[in-house]
Amino acid sequence: MSDAVSALKGARASGMVELADAGPTGMITLRGDLGVLGGALASVLGLSAPEQRRVVSGEAGEVLWMSPDELLVVLPYDKAPEAAAALEAALGDAFATVAVVSDGRALIHLSGAQTRDVLAKLMPVDFAGFETGELRRSRVAQVAAAVWRRSDNDWSLICFRSVADYVFASLATVAKPGGEVGLYR
Amino acid sequence: MSHRLGTGGRLIDRTRPLDFTFNGKTMRGYAGDTLASGLLGAGQTLVGRSFKYHRPRGIVASGAEEPNALVGLGEGQRFEPNQRVTTTELFSGLKAASQNHWPSLEFDVGAINAKLWRFLPAGFYYKTFISPRPLWKHVYEPIIRRSAGLGKAPDAETRDIDRYEQLYAFCDVLVAGGGVAGIRAALEAAQAGKRVILTEQTAHFGGRAVVDGYEIDGQSAESWVDAQLAALQGMDNVTVLPRTMVAGVHDHGYALAYERVADHQPGADKPRHRLWRVRAGQIVAATGAIERPLSFAGNDLPGVMLAAAIRDYAVNFGVAAGKKVAIVTNNDDAYRTALILNDLGVSIAAVIDARAEATGDLPAKARAAGIRVIEDAAVRKVEGGKSVTGVQLCRFNSDGGAVFETLACDALGMSGGWSPVVHLWSHCGGKLNWDEAGAFFRPDPNRPPLGHDGKGFVSCVGAANGDLGNEGEAPMLPVWLMPAQASYELRAKAWLDPQNDVKVSDVQLAAREGYASVEHTKRYTTLGMATDQGKLSNINGLAILSDALGQPIPQTGTTTFRPPYTPISLGAITGEARGEIFQPLRKTPMHGWHEAKGAHWEPVGHWRRPYCYPKQGESHAEAVSREINQTRKAVGLLDASTLGKILVKGPDAGRFMDMLYTNMMSNLKVGKCRYGLMCNENGFLSDDGVVARLSEDTWLCHTTSGGADRIHAWMEDWLQCEWWDWKVHVVNLTEQFAQIAVVGPKARQVLEKLGGDIDLSADSFPFMDWKEGHLGGIAARIFRISFSGELSYEVAVPASQGLAFWEKLLDAGEEFGISPYGTEALHVMRAEKGFIMIGDETDGTVIPQDLNLNWAISKKKDDFLGKRGMEREAMVSPDRWKLVGLETLDGSVLPDGALAPLPGKNANGQQETQGRVTSTYHSPTLGKGIAMGLVHNGPERMGEVIAFQSASGGTVSARIVDPCFFDKAGEKQNV
Repeated sequence: MSDAVSALKGARASGMVELADAGPTGMITLRGDLGVLGGALASVLGLSAPEQRRVVSGEAGEVLWMSPDELLVVLPYDKAPEAAAALEAALGDAFATVAVVSDGRALIHLSGAQTRDVLAKLMPVDFAGFETGELRRSRVAQVAAAVWRRSDNDWSLICFRSVADYVFASLATVAKPGGEVGLYR
Repeated sequence: MSHRLGTGGRLIDRTRPLDFTFNGKTMRGYAGDTLASGLLGAGQTLVGRSFKYHRPRGIVASGAEEPNALVGLGEGQRFEPNQRVTTTELFSGLKAASQNHWPSLEFDVGAINAKLWRFLPAGFYYKTFISPRPLWKHVYEPIIRRSAGLGKAPDAETRDIDRYEQLYAFCDVLVAGGGVAGIRAALEAAQAGKRVILTEQTAHFGGRAVVDGYEIDGQSAESWVDAQLAALQGMDNVTVLPRTMVAGVHDHGYALAYERVADHQPGADKPRHRLWRVRAGQIVAATGAIERPLSFAGNDLPGVMLAAAIRDYAVNFGVAAGKKVAIVTNNDDAYRTALILNDLGVSIAAVIDARAEATGDLPAKARAAGIRVIEDAAVRKVEGGKSVTGVQLCRFNSDGGAVFETLACDALGMSGGWSPVVHLWSHCGGKLNWDEAGAFFRPDPNRPPLGHDGKGFVSCVGAANGDLGNEGEAPMLPVWLMPAQASYELRAKAWLDPQNDVKVSDVQLAAREGYASVEHTKRYTTLGMATDQGKLSNINGLAILSDALGQPIPQTGTTTFRPPYTPISLGAITGEARGEIFQPLRKTPMHGWHEAKGAHWEPVGHWRRPYCYPKQGESHAEAVSREINQTRKAVGLLDASTLGKILVKGPDAGRFMDMLYTNMMSNLKVGKCRYGLMCNENGFLSDDGVVARLSEDTWLCHTTSGGADRIHAWMEDWLQCEWWDWKVHVVNLTEQFAQIAVVGPKARQVLEKLGGDIDLSADSFPFMDWKEGHLGGIAARIFRISFSGELSYEVAVPASQGLAFWEKLLDAGEEFGISPYGTEALHVMRAEKGFIMIGDETDGTVIPQDLNLNWAISKKKDDFLGKRGMEREAMVSPDRWKLVGLETLDGSVLPDGALAPLPGKNANGQQETQGRVTSTYHSPTLGKGIAMGLVHNGPERMGEVIAFQSASGGTVSARIVDPCFFDKAGEKQNV
């Protein structure tokens, strides 16, 4: 929908890394047996269920592992309602739940060689050996967040919509020039 | 007098002089100096006054153990009290001021206390101020607070302008201490492929070895350290951190390391401190050892220093402690100080050795260098006023009655042996053994602090492990008091803890008064308290205590070692969490709009909700009345987005809903809404809200704003831990939707004006139905529910379009004078209708029956959470306080929480009461005060007038009435 406004309204910041609001983004929560969910993802979006703490990417979008019985599909904002309906139909009578959560989250893109150092200032996560396609659910400072690595220097981070400003400001604060640590090289 | 030598100083750059001020006086040091070496180099030996007696005090040590030389550093937004000059790196323009004196450091009125020492013994405050008790709070405590304390607190109006941060790090091995032992441990682990973090609390690696001139692997310690450090810095698996102190070791290999990133570069665009929160597989404490002072009369005078500190200043900074230096020792190591100073051309008065004979290699070298060695000797007393002028010597094994010589000197180095720094070993419970030969506690390798696997996760290496590197030296002689049988007059001037002004006589007095535990003695005498936590005083103090108690030292034991090792800044503990990001502030999609309209906020959890929207010149009470009148008369808008919205779905969802709610939810028809209550297992009311059945297997639960996350977790808890085989999913959709209540007689017209595909007519969309479709082009789910008694619709739209929808409503309602209303109007309107509010009418001790909500408790269900709890004796008692309405006879507003007193006292001596106010407001609709309350047998006492406490201390009469004050028949909402 054209008049959808993301919580961060296109915010950007620059420092040790580049931070950017990804704008309105489609997200669908899936709960159920991951094998069952994977079948529906394959038939509807040509994607599959990721392994634990992994992300599967494809043309239609990304599928994020959230818990042993929960996935999150990330795709263009406008595609979410129809994809959710199609997934619901594909799942049929299976014990599974589909819910559009696009509007309840914020998605922030981080890029730059020092992204892990910036994240490590707020997230209690060991980023050594953290590969492209890997994901971690944890916290950013005082609130819940999930982060995944899209390439060497490109990362995505999601948090709840209501705390998007807090998360963005926290990241921008610890990414200020002068805060270089060189922990992850 | 201390002074800068013409040459030497491995850490300073004489081509880069730095000016700084001490008490306003400009002094000059060099790049690489600490503030301590800068002060000593400039001849400033007097640096402060002591805590209790205001005695003149000088620099004692060269590192973190310094007890005396604390200053106020910086000014204004960078002022910080109690900074140790020994760990402060000098920078150009540094401003330092001494502490604890008035009017000046040189002339201090408080020094009269030193003359009154006989009247200020250990426990003075306890003994003197214990009675009369009432004087404590208003007289004694304020006076003591004014006279106590070291530095002054920063001005309350200033704000620290520096930034701070934290960093989570992970490693296999964390090495605390960058001396030779630490470097070796780091190298060994790094070469085995482990991830290593090596920390050193100072700016320089190498520890004592580089000062004392050891040789390692055939090269000087200095070049060995440089080479190994370069190797470590070149390894990908190693992080090397200077200026970083491991402050504490916590359970499971968690350690806090305090990095002083920019203390030496104030104003640099960097975080000032960084707190490393490290998870380590193993922690290696290579923390070295601290030299012990000796206890003799006058050992606190400026110019009396630790022997090793004197050579630190000479070697590292080219600073001599005095023109003529005496050394008093019980061991060989202190001879190094004499030898090094002698080499640098400083005159050595003598080495005074308590041992009968000094026969080791180092004494031999000293003698060969022409240094006078006096055996079997003790310092009886140090002479001097504000600095050392000489020392009186007597035989060690004496009471000090016979002085055999007075030695002129202007500085005195003392060494009582060394104590391993076992703090990090001990923080998590590592145990210690007493080492007779070295007279110190050392880690017991068989009793380390244990990790999750039952194995030790801290080890000590080098001096921290008791390996002092003194092989080949002659044995030391444990000396706890000098001379050994010192008279009372001498003991009362022999300081154990210079920071807290505790003397040998104080600890002995405590022992005589019955203090047998070292922990109690610490609190009673203040030995080892405050900023240095007894780094110099603890072992000496407990040796004196053990002697007084007639028991061996290990039987007395140590006080508890607690983090942090030395104080760390509050800024580092706070990290980035200050100002705007001190706490998460949750915002609804309309938050910015509310802010722009000047909303007066009410915190609700981490949310801010508009309390009201005052217009220019309007009080909050006036705004609330206006918002209520507008809503009841025409139409108002409420941002209800913070309400919890939890999806419950699955084949067993109905069964689950029936367990969660006290009333029946499984029989709710698709398309309908029902109000429900949730209780905890004890039957106490926990949350409430409207449930909508979305489809055969799907329910949407609305919770209170504060309850959303808690109820979601509560649901998951039951599903994951108890009913794990039930096929139910819950999804928290709270933030997916902006939810807006459109309330008032014109509500339907406003929605109809937006246009859409939903039939809003009363017939096809009755009260307690919900419908889905579009309003004004936005996907919407509309619940026809009311918390105000008015015709009311709560509309949920995707949060990304919440603000757009809100503005559409405002446009559409303009002709009706539509206005937003805040939480206070919401509260007043629900109270006018007698609706309960979780947190007002409930407080964790209230069951639904107390609130006359029996109609919402199913009698048909076999079970639900809280059912059995409600059946307990106290819950079915006829004496429970129950909900009623209250109307004051004079129309005034009852105070919130006011109790209804009865004559007499209960078993606890408290006033008997018969009820209390739970909600109370001025109702603009009714033009008077209305309230709800819980009253003993309330519902059976309708019409009765009882007294409540009034705000002025008297009572106010209120009549017990029906809690529904407005539109009892519910006609307004059914239109």
